[in-house]
Amino acid sequence: MGATTAGILFVGSLILVLVAVHVPLGDHMHRTFTSRHHWTAERLIYRIVGVDPDAEQVWSGYARSVLAFSVVSVLALYGLQRLQGRLLLSLGYGGVDPDVAWNTAISFVTNTNWQAYSGESTMGHLVQMSGLAVQNFVSAAVGIAVAMAFVRGLARRRTGELGNFWVDLTRAVLRVLLPIAAIGAVALVAGGAIQNLADPHTVTTLTGAEQTITGGPVASQEAIKELGTNGGGFYNANSAHPFENPTSWTNWIEILLILLIPFSLPRTFGRMVGDRRQGVAIVAVMATLALLSVTLLNTAQLAHHGTVPESVTAATEGTESRFGVSNSATFAAATTLTSTGAVNSFHDSYTSLGGAVTLLNMMVGEVAPGGVGSGLYGMLILAIVTVFVAGLMVGRTPAYLGKRIGPREIKLASLYFLVTPMIVLVGTGIAMAFEGPRGSMLNTGPHGLSEVLYAFTSAANNNGSAFAGLTVATTFYDVALGLAMAFGRFLPIVLALALAGSLARQTPVPASAGTLPTHRPQFVGMVAGVTLILVALTFFPALALGPLAEGIH
Amino acid sequence: MKPLLAALRAVLVLTAVCGVLYPLAVTAVAQVPGLKDHANGSPVSVNGRGVGSELIGQSFSDADGRPLRRYFQSRPSAAGDGYDPTATSASNLGPEDIVDRDGEPSLLSTVCARSRAVGELEGVDGSRPYCTGSGVGAVLSVRPDRVTSVNEPCPAAPFVAEYRGVKVECATPGQDPRAGRIVPVRGAAPADPAVPADAVTASGSGLDPHISVAYAELQARRVAAARGVPVGAVRALIDEETTGRALGFMGEPVVNVLRLNIALDRAAPRRG
Repeated sequence: MGATTAGILFVGSLILVLVAVHVPLGDHMHRTFTSRHHWTAERLIYRIVGVDPDAEQVWSGYARSVLAFSVVSVLALYGLQRLQGRLLLSLGYGGVDPDVAWNTAISFVTNTNWQAYSGESTMGHLVQMSGLAVQNFVSAAVGIAVAMAFVRGLARRRTGELGNFWVDLTRAVLRVLLPIAAIGAVALVAGGAIQNLADPHTVTTLTGAEQTITGGPVASQEAIKELGTNGGGFYNANSAHPFENPTSWTNWIEILLILLIPFSLPRTFGRMVGDRRQGVAIVAVMATLALLSVTLLNTAQLAHHGTVPESVTAATEGTESRFGVSNSATFAAATTLTSTGAVNSFHDSYTSLGGAVTLLNMMVGEVAPGGVGSGLYGMLILAIVTVFVAGLMVGRTPAYLGKRIGPREIKLASLYFLVTPMIVLVGTGIAMAFEGPRGSMLNTGPHGLSEVLYAFTSAANNNGSAFAGLTVATTFYDVALGLAMAFGRFLPIVLALALAGSLARQTPVPASAGTLPTHRPQFVGMVAGVTLILVALTFFPALALGPLAEGIH
Repeated sequence: MKPLLAALRAVLVLTAVCGVLYPLAVTAVAQVPGLKDHANGSPVSVNGRGVGSELIGQSFSDADGRPLRRYFQSRPSAAGDGYDPTATSASNLGPEDIVDRDGEPSLLSTVCARSRAVGELEGVDGSRPYCTGSGVGAVLSVRPDRVTSVNEPCPAAPFVAEYRGVKVECATPGQDPRAGRIVPVRGAAPADPAVPADAVTASGSGLDPHISVAYAELQARRVAAARGVPVGAVRALIDEETTGRALGFMGEPVVNVLRLNIALDRAAPRRG
């Protein structure tokens, strides 16, 4: 079998499994977030936290809880890193430097998992499993919680209440993330991922040289890293490391874990608004864009256009032999289409056009299917923008699921989409204006600009992958990218919740002959079109100066 | 204040659940027989002495970094000084990194040099597209009146004498190659070079324990000669240590270099 055929079967098998699994998982999440029943363990948690699980919150209260939880998380994670030297299982590593610790704390709390440090030489086992991996769970749970609050805003009528953040958070962790992560972790160990608390130990190799073999609770962290679309690797080499991703089939499992929840949430949405077809339409938009991207990226990598890849005769620089070029490209597409940012091969060495696709995936706003939760609310807001644009064209008052999209709603939706491009383009501009940040580029010419553009795009969209040649362990990038991640995560969340609050208060307008149906292929095409046009108009100039200038000659 | 207090308590209790109970429970499960070996890093030993991990590649070179002829060679590695698990890394150099800077070879020149070295070691043609015969990137800086071979510092003789009627000069220090148009020259190398792709490119982790079947086949003759055994015996060992695609379509067929070399030592011990 040829490499291309095998690569197509690899993608096809993932699609088949996702098609089969998204229904039961989507239904499970629907039950999870609509059930009135609390588990005993959950009641215990609510008692410790000190909240009444049956009291609901209006949007501002919900947002305050999200922000409070995230601020405390940042402080806790920062403190844990700074105190590392005095704690258990530190492997002899001291406290993490203040600017790296700050950047890392924000990075993991915002579900970005940008890494300005190298795991195997900075973080001990305790910080990894009780600091970083905890945020892998809860930052993902925050994303799901906000998505559920947003869907309630669409589903409910004449109420200000969007649910209870603490209940959504707890249920997302206990009922969704923990069980799947535990199964995933054991499967990864079966493939060869390590799971121990051992110190690094030195062996004498076959030729008499010395090699240090590292230990760590890797599989447990790897599973939630992919499932929660986090992406922060235990090691610097991330999912390219044989201890994180040992075989071609663990690679398949990791891609599945990345896509599992984001592709199942539209089903949950459809169930919650009482019309499954609406969920099908949303998942169809996501799938169309994702399939397009996977195809483009695979084609670019297998065609290996460019001087070095043509000399090598394949785009193998930065890829692992066991995965090969095609499965690496598929992983790269999955990780940038979601907010994951884990990598099993290094995007900086990709062909110019392949690298451009990974950038474009993030610029689309990570909605196809996007991060856990954030992908769904991002796509639903795009649907609202689409309804508005369509309404303008035919001269009718736009409505989505019976909710009128009035001035307040469209202002909030537009602001939502202005936040990330602002951060990306202004941030890149500032970095390019100064000698110091420019000096961090490893590559020269357009590829150097691509490195900086990629960094801000990745941070603002909470992805976390990198054109890793850029030296980011500098005060400028630690601070600037830290701010980009924080604003890129929490401004959209607050705007989404405000929008949900204003939708929940409305009395639905009955559908009429003039209402745009939002479950037909026509609407799917329109949302996909609006998504691409929004991105193309915003980012085309920057892309033209970076990867396009490099790749087209 | 109230949400902040609730948040603090929530962070603590969720840390206990997700950051202590969960990883320890997975660790406990991973220590059952059947998983235990994997969980502890798939160690391999020779005569009872641990020599590394089946999943972590090694260098098979002498103290000066020269490849040992009796061993199969791993891929190039960007992890520390090579295969260092405490400094895992890729090169991160881009597809158009073709101009050497301040004595620092570009990715293209690195590829060309590796190809030439492997060709010499294995006794095959090490030439590649866009490479000079001397093993650097064949790249010109073209201005209307002056053409320079940017990766060949003087006094080297440039790989071509003339470019569109202009004499090609060697590169002088301090000269900015970007002052001209950068033109890579493909040359006459075969489209399908004898040295395979994985032999000239670094992996993502820098710890890749595998090589392609093609690269293993290329090395078989040299290893057999160094050990004084028939090539057929070495090829049989390659077959044994080759892992095909999982389920027939996942990943690529690969050969585990450490396992292959251990099998070689066992089957054809080095004489003397």
